Order: sequence, then C-alpha cells, then structure tokens
Amino acid sequence: MFKKLFVIAIVAGFAVLLWSYLRHYTERTTLNDLSTYYVDNTAQEIGAANVVTAIVVTYRGFDTLGEVTILFVAASLIAMFLKSMGTEKSRNPRPASLILVTAQKLLFPLILIFGVYIFINGHLTPGGGFQGGSVIATGFLLWLMANPDGHAPKGLLNTIESISGFGYVAAGLFGLALGLGFLDNRFLGLGTLGHLFSAGVIPIIYSFIGLKVGAELSNVLHHLNEIQNEE
Amino acid sequence: MEMLTLQNISIVTAFLLMLIGLYGALTTKNILRIIIAFDIFDGGLNLFLVALSYMNNRVAPIIDSTTGTEKLSSKFVDPIPQALVLTSIVIGVGVTAVMLTYAYKMYKYKNTLNINEYKDARW
Repeated sequence: MFKKLFVIAIVAGFAVLLWSYLRHYTERTTLNDLSTYYVDNTAQEIGAANVVTAIVVTYRGFDTLGEVTILFVAASLIAMFLKSMGTEKSRNPRPASLILVTAQKLLFPLILIFGVYIFINGHLTPGGGFQGGSVIATGFLLWLMANPDGHAPKGLLNTIESISGFGYVAAGLFGLALGLGFLDNRFLGLGTLGHLFSAGVIPIIYSFIGLKVGAELSNVLHHLNEIQNEE
Repeated sequence: MEMLTLQNISIVTAFLLMLIGLYGALTTKNILRIIIAFDIFDGGLNLFLVALSYMNNRVAPIIDSTTGTEKLSSKFVDPIPQALVLTSIVIGVGVTAVMLTYAYKMYKYKNTLNINEYKDARW
C-alpha cells in the first residue's frame, strides 16, 4: 500500500514537471544559430541533399562512430551471454507454414535489395545506414521465422561486420591523412548536388554503416533464436 | 496558445507515453513487462524530441528541386533533433536487446520472471 502511494507520487511528480514545461511552451518560429549554420552550409560544404545525413555522418561523424561502437558492444555482449552451453537438445520445431516459406523465398531478396537501396541513397532521400541495416535485419528475421532450425552464415556475417567497421574507420583516417580532418567527406570530390555519386565519401561510409548494422542486428536475432534450442 | 496544433498533440502524446512507461516500469513485477515499459518511455522521449523540431509551414530538411538552395534556413524544420533521435533509436534497440538477454539469463538461473524472486539482486 505504502509502496503504491510512493510510485503514484513519483509518477505525479514527473507529470507536474512535464506539465510545467507544456504550460509555458511556445512554438519556435526560427532555427537556432547552429541549425541555421548546418542548413545553410550543407549544400556547399558537404554536398549532401539530406541535411540530417550531413549532420549524422560528417558534422557529427565522431558521434556516429561512438554510436556504431555502442551497437557493436551490445552485439558482442549478447554473443558472450548467449553462447550455447553445450547442452543443446534437438527441438524439432513445428515447420513453418507453406505460405510463410513461399513468401519468404520471394520477399527475402527484395527486402535485402530495399535495405541496400535505403542506405546507398542515404544522402539523397530520407534513410541511411541505420535504417537500411534495420531493414536488412527484418529480412533476416523473416528468414529465421521460415527456417526455425536454419543455421545462419555466422562466419559471413562476422566477416561483413569486421570489414565494414574497419572500412568506416579507415575512411575517417584517410581524410585525416590528407590533412582535412577525421571523417571529413571532401577528399573524394563533392560532385553535383542531388546525384547518386555526390557528397564525397558519405555514400561509402553510410554503406559501411548499413552493412555493419545489418550484420550486427542479424547476429543478435540469430543468437536470440538459438537460445530456444537450449534446455 | 492554440491547443489543437499538430505539435501540441504530439507533445501531449509523447508526455503521456512517458508517464505510462514510467508507471509500468515501477509497478509491474514481470521483467519482460518492465522492458516493454522502458521501450514505451523511449518511444515517448523520441516522439517528444522530433515534435520539438517541427515548425509550421516548413518541410523536411532535404534539398531538392522544390526547395532550391537559397534561404534554406527559413524553409526547413530543425535537423538537429532528428539527427539526435536517429542516434537515440539505434541505442534504444541495442539497450533493449541487452536487457532481453539479461532477462533470459535471469530466467534461466531462477526459473521465474518475477523480480520479487531475484533476492540476491536487491540492495
């Protein structure tokens, strides 16, 4: 009883905080200085049509490197905790329905291609490496549902992940070596605004991020699927 | 202040989601439900940040033939919260996956999902 009152008091206190924010809230009508700089200079400095991508990959590229690292650490933690303990029993899962299996055969390549499309066009349209990688992982989830006993190509996934992580850092260091700065995108030439081959090294970095995120999330899904085989 | 603008509705929804998530995380005993409550809170937080970046009569920050390249700062919504929310969503996914892994491990050792049974994790 006392505990329940305590919880309600905490939630009510939080609600009062949020309400006091909402009461004095007025809609902004102008961008602040930093956003104005990003929006006005992206076209000349970065050459990417999507301003959010320019911020994520170049202006705050170091931040994104940290984000990729966090995802990598999370995936490694899961792989460490869920390593099978050797007490595997054969589960004999109910086979997936015919509809799911047939649809998966048709949809799996399409979903992969859609994911690749999203991260290759990350600098032109809404999308990017993280979104494309997540779409690829959903395709992999569909595959796991259709083949509950299937074994994922773990070695291939790990290789893709390592190569793309290495490529991301290498692309950053390459900019540094040419005297421009870590993760600077300009050493490839900016191209024409709005074309696929534009914005310097951004499409390459975003493709690396997309492959890495896709492989990592697929690995996580695979590990979470595998624990069902344990006792 | 006009009450029924898109932005106000989004912010109120976001605050409600955050409150629901907080209440759920504090009251339920099942560890899986606590994780779901955290995710609801996370969703509310992300929605709130995106709603902050919205401004009336402006478009998404993508340069194309309809926006041109002149005077963009009076045509685009704020891109920074959107970039931050992108980071936040990805990290939310990672944290959720790690929490689920811990939950599975706890279930394996204790054979229950009720957090009241996890006596050695208490202080």
